[in-house]
Amino acid sequence: MSDEILNLSSIQLDALKEIGNVGAGNSATALSQLINRKIDMTVPQIAIMPLGDVPDVVGGPDVMVAGVYLRVFGPAPSSILFLLPRDSAFYLVDMLMGREQGHTTTLDSMDESALMEIGNILAGAYLNALSHFTKLTLLPSIPALAMDMAGAILSVILIQLGEMGDHALVIETEFTTENDGVKGHFFLIPDPGSLGTILSAIGVKE
Amino acid sequence: MSELIKVGMADYKIGRNPDSLISYGLGSCVGIALFDSINKIGGLAHIMLPDSTQARSAENPAKFANTALPLMLDDMIKMGAVKSRITAKIAGGSQMFTFANATDVMRVGERNSEAVRTLLKNMDIKVIADDTGGNYGRTVELKLDTGIYRVKTIAKGEKEL
Repeated sequence: MSDEILNLSSIQLDALKEIGNVGAGNSATALSQLINRKIDMTVPQIAIMPLGDVPDVVGGPDVMVAGVYLRVFGPAPSSILFLLPRDSAFYLVDMLMGREQGHTTTLDSMDESALMEIGNILAGAYLNALSHFTKLTLLPSIPALAMDMAGAILSVILIQLGEMGDHALVIETEFTTENDGVKGHFFLIPDPGSLGTILSAIGVKE
Repeated sequence: MSELIKVGMADYKIGRNPDSLISYGLGSCVGIALFDSINKIGGLAHIMLPDSTQARSAENPAKFANTALPLMLDDMIKMGAVKSRITAKIAGGSQMFTFANATDVMRVGERNSEAVRTLLKNMDIKVIADDTGGNYGRTVELKLDTGIYRVKTIAKGEKEL
């Protein structure tokens, strides 16, 4: 198989998982401060799966989700995608805008900005951890938002992966608030070559 | 009983009347439906990328338009379809996220649709319906009793091609 991710050693996978752990921890803290609620996060799962199976991670390709997408610039160009089920997106928006829960049923442009800002803050917190580990300067682009079918939104990153192979390395963390109001999935997808750069930078290239 | 056959991402399936072929949540990917209206044999391909020769890994032929289409056509002909009667309907190829300075990575939907149209032209297959572009996802279903290609979206409703 030519997929570089299928050849990762268990040490390399553990290293990536630890980065995911700290990155997601940073993001969870940022989100917690933003909405002033306790956020629990699951221990990151690391999985190598066929590209077509990735939408099932968030409930199937036709489930409606909000996605915040950012490009990462620097020595290890990557993509970041933060996916929220529709209800979680509405919940977060209501909370941020100081409205009663259940108020939001569609997003206006102000709500969209709020969601993009959340994506921005989470991505920034995650990249801080990644930069700290790798000593690489990684900067996020401005965020873009889409609210649509999970498969359609994920296709953006899956196509990028598809140019390299048939599998995705998914480091996935789930966020939940204490009353189970918010769930989110965070994906970091290195561009071709970037995974090698990250592994070299943390000293587990071989 | 008619069956609903699911077509995953980077995959294709063929079938005959009275079954239907369905693929969920297409974004920048393109759903290519081929149909022989006399024998009522059809195929649906959910391709991710235009061209296998430009990719680093080309192990799954169903992932690329240029390799998936000839294979699907062959399978349909083996099932009894007649090439000269086969027509195509295509949908998908969106740009899900909009950035001010979209790079090539972002415009993959547009490139996919363009490649599929060129390819079908070279294969001498007429495209009789085209619902590509936009910035939204689509679920597509090819009904093999009629050849109707149903496109469902969240924000833009549903249409039959």
